[in-house]
Amino acid sequence: MQQPNRLRPFFENISFDRKDNEMVINFGPQHPSAHGQLRLVLHMQQEQITKAHPDVGYLHRGMEKMAENMIYNEFLPTTDRMDYIASSSNNYGFALAVEKLIGLEVPRRAKVIRMMLLEINRLMSHLFWLATTALDIGAMTVFLYAFREREYLMDIIEDYCGARLTHSSIRIGGVPLDIPDNFIHDLKEFLDKFPQDLKDYEDLLDTNRIWKMRMEDVGVISKEMAESWGCSGVMLRASGHNWDLRKEEPYELYDEVEFDVPVSDKGDNYARYKLYMAEMRESSKILYQTMDMYKKTQENNETELMAHAPQYISAPKLDIMTQNYALMQHFVLVTQGMRPPVGEVYVPTESPKGELGFFINSQGGPYPYRLKMRAPSFWHTGILQDLLPGSMIPDVVAIIGTTNIVFGEVDR
Amino acid sequence: MRKYVPKDDVQKKPYYTDRYWVAPQVAKFDVESDEVFAADLAAIKAKCEVIEAYIQVDQMVVMIKPTDNFTVAQILKDECAYNQLSEVGAMDWIAKQNQYEVFYQFLSMSKRKRVRVKCFLDVDQAVESLNPLYRSADWAEREMWDMSGVKVNNHPYMKRILMPDDWVGHPLLKTYPLQGDEAAAWYEVDRIFGKEARDVIGPENREPAMVDRYDTERFGRLGHEIERGAEFKEDQAKTPLAYQEEGGVLIIKKFHEDDTVEITDRKR
Repeated sequence: MQQPNRLRPFFENISFDRKDNEMVINFGPQHPSAHGQLRLVLHMQQEQITKAHPDVGYLHRGMEKMAENMIYNEFLPTTDRMDYIASSSNNYGFALAVEKLIGLEVPRRAKVIRMMLLEINRLMSHLFWLATTALDIGAMTVFLYAFREREYLMDIIEDYCGARLTHSSIRIGGVPLDIPDNFIHDLKEFLDKFPQDLKDYEDLLDTNRIWKMRMEDVGVISKEMAESWGCSGVMLRASGHNWDLRKEEPYELYDEVEFDVPVSDKGDNYARYKLYMAEMRESSKILYQTMDMYKKTQENNETELMAHAPQYISAPKLDIMTQNYALMQHFVLVTQGMRPPVGEVYVPTESPKGELGFFINSQGGPYPYRLKMRAPSFWHTGILQDLLPGSMIPDVVAIIGTTNIVFGEVDR
Repeated sequence: MRKYVPKDDVQKKPYYTDRYWVAPQVAKFDVESDEVFAADLAAIKAKCEVIEAYIQVDQMVVMIKPTDNFTVAQILKDECAYNQLSEVGAMDWIAKQNQYEVFYQFLSMSKRKRVRVKCFLDVDQAVESLNPLYRSADWAEREMWDMSGVKVNNHPYMKRILMPDDWVGHPLLKTYPLQGDEAAAWYEVDRIFGKEARDVIGPENREPAMVDRYDTERFGRLGHEIERGAEFKEDQAKTPLAYQEEGGVLIIKKFHEDDTVEITDRKR
């Protein structure tokens, strides 16, 4: 038993000396392969885990509380800090929820740019996943290669919005900027090279004996389990569900582009790895198509980037500087904030990690009455408590790796 | 006079609202307009009382009694093929009507439909856990208790999830203060060392990169070096910057034990 005193306070109810053979191991929160701030309390019988308690909350910043005390536009940059590996997808989830609440239609060019940003973010996120998971399992080379490619993408994003990690590149009602001149060229150059890079990773990993031993038949999630735990994204598709929100509940222009949804019914780590690789190829496919779509908007001279809704969205800069009424409205929107109608909305989007949903309850004020963020990683962390028992200690690292959890999102 | 802040809702308020302004509503549609939802609603109505039902932003919203939540979830799962519980949350209406509003967000993958089941709950009332039906309710309900203070019956492991175990209060209540108080600022110090240690330890330095030029214990000044712990004077004499490499790196080729000095003060 712990004997709490002032210098050794009572830390959780874990007792380290037990009568039976069971050993309790504390994995994290500072473990390098805990991907941030995950603490796992593992009960062990020899090498085998009998019980696992994921303990989260080390990165809790109270974003839902913050949202209730911020005007809608003010809150948008905070969403960057959720899934900080792919922050545009969070911006987008929030912006889309508010747009659905208001009932806004976004101009076509903004939609195309948004899709470009989302897919670039997906690539960045998947590359980051590949790099860190490979590193955890010991494949240093893949880590360096994948980070190199991610760096190109971050440069491209930086060209667009000036930031590398916390983009805030999407606004409620559209996008703030048109893409710079060299954007398409750079992106195309990257995409032309990318299949070779993917092949390099796969050459290193696919038939690698260590990689296969650590991945194959490890962390098997059954179809029912994935369903019951509210899994989404790759975690769901690796378990045999053909479910991608871009296909099933299309938003933006995803119903106009052609891409496949890779599915596997194995449910193990290796299946998830293969799906991530396949998804990167699909994302490249989408990006090629969005480039053509962008060119078409140029030909059709569709230059609008923000929706026209003077009650909610500020007018373009030119109008603000030249028209008095636009200036007045802009002033009110900046100082007081937009007031969406009274109502509720839950909008899911397919973020790189899975189903990212925003629930907003508006009471007609400039602050949301309640904002709930449905972060996919939260449930992908929860599933660990059912998934880990029965596996060995080294499997823990591989399993945490392939769940692709990001703690900015779990703890919010 | 000090600005009046109502005690039952300390959230930020708009500083100006036009007195004639009437908030518009997000459109609600009749459930009968969608045949899939109409069938689902009929299945629920067959066993439970439905207070209100409508379609808002493509999703059906069903208001039920708080005691029926498990039955409704079971109907949705078994009869209507809603195979995922994607989200659980609570809203605080305590200031207005002394109630919580709990919502459950369901997803049917086969029908591609989403349903939100809601219920109003008295403050001292508890809802039944949906954990036997959906494992995702395990963590979602823990979060709901932690953040909003909604009690859940028959939950396998009801414990705070995001806040520390010994935390007092539920952050998403409208009465929860927006600024930390004194107790929160000294939380770790008080718990570990006791209140009397506050003076010794001092307030938390929230800027870890801060450099205090008057603190000669912890910081040195390149080019103006003085003794450790000595008092800092403004007109400090310059000390030359020298690099070890300039005179050649010191390499001991042969170690003479007799010539060595043992250092006892490690801070020397």
